[in-house]
Amino acid sequence: MSEILDYVLLLLLAATAIGIVRLRGLIAVVMLSGIYSLLVASLFIVLDAPDVALTEAAVGAGAATILMLGTVALTTREEKRARFRPVSFLVVVVTGLMLIYGTSSLPPFGAEDAPAQVHVGPRYLTEGYEQTGVPNIVTAVLASYRGFDTLGEVVVILSAGVGVLMLLAGRRRAQGEKGQ
Amino acid sequence: MTDDVVLRVLAKQMIPFILLFALYVQFHGDYGPGGGFQAGVLFGAGFMLYGMVFGVTTLERLFPGGAFRIGIAAGVLLYSAVGIAGVLLSGNFLDYNVLAADPKAGQHMGIIVVEFGIGVTVAAVMIAAFYAFARPKA
Repeated sequence: MSEILDYVLLLLLAATAIGIVRLRGLIAVVMLSGIYSLLVASLFIVLDAPDVALTEAAVGAGAATILMLGTVALTTREEKRARFRPVSFLVVVVTGLMLIYGTSSLPPFGAEDAPAQVHVGPRYLTEGYEQTGVPNIVTAVLASYRGFDTLGEVVVILSAGVGVLMLLAGRRRAQGEKGQ
Repeated sequence: MTDDVVLRVLAKQMIPFILLFALYVQFHGDYGPGGGFQAGVLFGAGFMLYGMVFGVTTLERLFPGGAFRIGIAAGVLLYSAVGIAGVLLSGNFLDYNVLAADPKAGQHMGIIVVEFGIGVTVAAVMIAAFYAFARPKA
């Protein structure tokens, strides 16, 4: 059952991705990318990763869609028709083929002896509750075991926010001067 | 700003629940799925919905943008303050065990405060960026 669900979701993902590439109207593209995020979130739910699914649904389908709509409102609603560039096409094809080749050396899906399962993972799972007293092991790893990494992530969000604010403040100042 | 009555009424009914759900995700993250990142975005989404339906200028009159610019830094500072508190209490940076007499209680306290810091920064960045994008052109 869950496998059928996987295939249906992956097919819908591929269809949405093709739609995003083919469409020229940017509002529709933004909506489709929101749907894409929602499909990915459903896939995470099927994979028993509700924490990641919640993030993907909130950030990808919710906030990013609104910010992209804001960007479309500030720029243009129609994508310019780009001419065919053979070199770029070649780079994309070669990179894609290399990535597909790379997946062949990944451990099989859900393998017990995959590096992710045998490193520190088992220790977190067996000792996490005793050491932190937090039932949700994802929160324990994120905020306690990997607290320093998470601090870095928050600083990344801070710098991204500061960057956006500075860029858009510059735009507003330039417009104000032009208007005077 | 929209004149659609259905949208306005629905948004008004939904926003309190969105904000409440964000707080639930924030403070129940120890027990269920969720945490600061998700809660921050949800909280921000509630504000964005209000801004989209009732106009960004109305929202900005209620909650001036400067508050969120302070919030962006405040969350990161709160997170780092927990880390430094660990050092001052003769532990390592971000060591929660020393925050309370019982290591587990310390872990709990540290995680709650740190997650709250994450939530504040994420929500503030979302709302400040929304203001920057959606504010009518000067």
